Amino acid sequence: MEALGFNMDAGFLEGVVRGYKAALLTQGNYHSLTQCENLEDFRMQLSSTDYGNFLANEPLPLSTATIADKATEKLVSEFHYLRTNAVEPLATFMDYITYAYMIDNVILLTLGTLHERDTHELLERCHPLGVFDTMPALCVATNVEELYHSVLVETPLGSHAPMRSGPPHPARSASKWSQDGSRAPAIHLGLAYLHLADPAAPYFRDCLSAQDLDDLNIEIIRNALYKAYLEDFHSFCQTLPSPTNEVMSRILSFEADRRTLNITINSFGTELSKDQRARLFPTIGRLFPEGNNALARADDIDGVVASVDHIAEYKSFFDKAGATTGGTDNEGASSLEDEFFKHDVELNKQSFLQQFQYAVFYSFVKLKEQEVRNLTWIAECIAQDAKDRVNDYIPVF
Amino acid sequence: MNLTVTKSRLKGAQTGHSLLAKKRDALTTRFRQILKKVDEAKRLMGRVMQLASFSLAEVTYTAGDIAYQVQESVRKASYTVQARQENVSGVVLPAFEGVRSKDASDFNLTGLSRGGQQVQKSRDTYVKAVGTLVELASLQTAFTILDEVIRATNRRVNAIEHVVIPRLENTIKYINSELDEMDREEFFRLKKVQGKKKRDAERANESRMKENKEFEEGGKGQVGRDDGIGGGEAGGGDMLDQGKDEDVIF
Repeated sequence: MEALGFNMDAGFLEGVVRGYKAALLTQGNYHSLTQCENLEDFRMQLSSTDYGNFLANEPLPLSTATIADKATEKLVSEFHYLRTNAVEPLATFMDYITYAYMIDNVILLTLGTLHERDTHELLERCHPLGVFDTMPALCVATNVEELYHSVLVETPLGSHAPMRSGPPHPARSASKWSQDGSRAPAIHLGLAYLHLADPAAPYFRDCLSAQDLDDLNIEIIRNALYKAYLEDFHSFCQTLPSPTNEVMSRILSFEADRRTLNITINSFGTELSKDQRARLFPTIGRLFPEGNNALARADDIDGVVASVDHIAEYKSFFDKAGATTGGTDNEGASSLEDEFFKHDVELNKQSFLQQFQYAVFYSFVKLKEQEVRNLTWIAECIAQDAKDRVNDYIPVF
Repeated sequence: MNLTVTKSRLKGAQTGHSLLAKKRDALTTRFRQILKKVDEAKRLMGRVMQLASFSLAEVTYTAGDIAYQVQESVRKASYTVQARQENVSGVVLPAFEGVRSKDASDFNLTGLSRGGQQVQKSRDTYVKAVGTLVELASLQTAFTILDEVIRATNRRVNAIEHVVIPRLENTIKYINSELDEMDREEFFRLKKVQGKKKRDAERANESRMKENKEFEEGGKGQVGRDDGIGGGEAGGGDMLDQGKDEDVIF
């Protein structure tokens, strides 16, 4: 049924996004990029691709940061084009995509406020996808209390609150959001999420009242927010008609599992307690719930491997990464990260196989992001003369 | 008197010279060692820094830009430098030592969800890089100080060798030559005096001989062993043969 009406609203944009997708760098492009001797060549090679002259006005010498910035800019402009033309519920869907970046930005600003820095400088460091209109207002706050109580209310992140607060009325809230452009009813996302959906809420509140949010807490808050975001996004996607929900659920589940696994592995040897760790695991994904429980108890990498044993794909990551043999050595973990990226790319590629669904937009952003990462990596390798590692990027197409 | 003083000064200068020369040699040996180490450290530095910045690139690849977060989460330096003093033949060289504080896990939750391992790895690499940097700094400081000191010592050695010692030697030579001169003068004077005395004696002898002759020729007697006038038989009598002295009666 969805296919009938899909093209009325989103047909054009789907066409555009598939066009963008076709412009992603291919294996051949990557191959010629890796052959470059310097960043000058690199720019030459890129100019023959869809990137065109995106670096043309940059003063020499080129830095890898500039390349990354410019490539991200391109992604952002493409995204904004899509977003501007989108109608509901695609618009909401695309807003959801930006929330992930907003979380990072808000955390960044919070961090700046915590350390009493001039947050205006930080605005430049924020991810452009996560920029929202009222973000500069966050800079007004001079202390955490103020930031928290008066200003975060204004952010789009805050508007997630109603959805979680009421009984699940997904359709209603989705439609409500369409009118609710002003995003007035709100509590800060973190508080909303944490209060209503998260056992970590008291923790968050305690931190704030104590006025001593330290770095540990910030990182925990970030992950708690992200967990809440993932869950929320997931439940939102379930309200969308098939096949969007199927495809998105696959991608988000993997994202959630990846986070769960990463948090587990990265928290070994830190002061993060198992209890706190377990609270950061998103409650979606294929590992939920029994895998999450096992991971929450895991003490070392072997425990992690054991707990993902029943999912053949994840198990194969560990096998490929050699993490089981190498224990917790860094080599194993870094290639595990690569395996995750690969799988992520794979899933996102698969979403293009189905038509009449929104997941392509998400996948496009993710693939493009990966492409920017790849470009940065290759540029970095060229700049640092580390040719032996240059092929460690994750090919997209 | 002055000669003794100057001589002892020369002696002192020579001892000082040999001591300073020894010091210079010791310092130069040390200097060479440090030079070698600096060279090694610099090469190592290049490699380590390359590794470190590459590991940072890895972090950026997986975890995104974490610079600000890391920057802000630092409250206390986790890597501090302690300065020690080392004594090389009287020269105090500062030696730096990196100390990694125990609670160095300030931002170990950075990249919790993504790239945490890379962050740790990068941090370790950078700690190593900073260690090398500290070592290099220590060597470099020692290098400059030693260079300075060696120059100063060299200057002193050369000054002693080419200025002080020759000057002292000149003084001694001069004093010696003056003394010799005086010696010769004295000698000459003595000679002169002697010659005069001889001449006078001869003259006296001659006149006596003449007198004697005249005396003899005048037949007044013979000139005895004692040639003095009024000597001879009368003068040369045996005291013991003069008979008994009269008893002295009190």
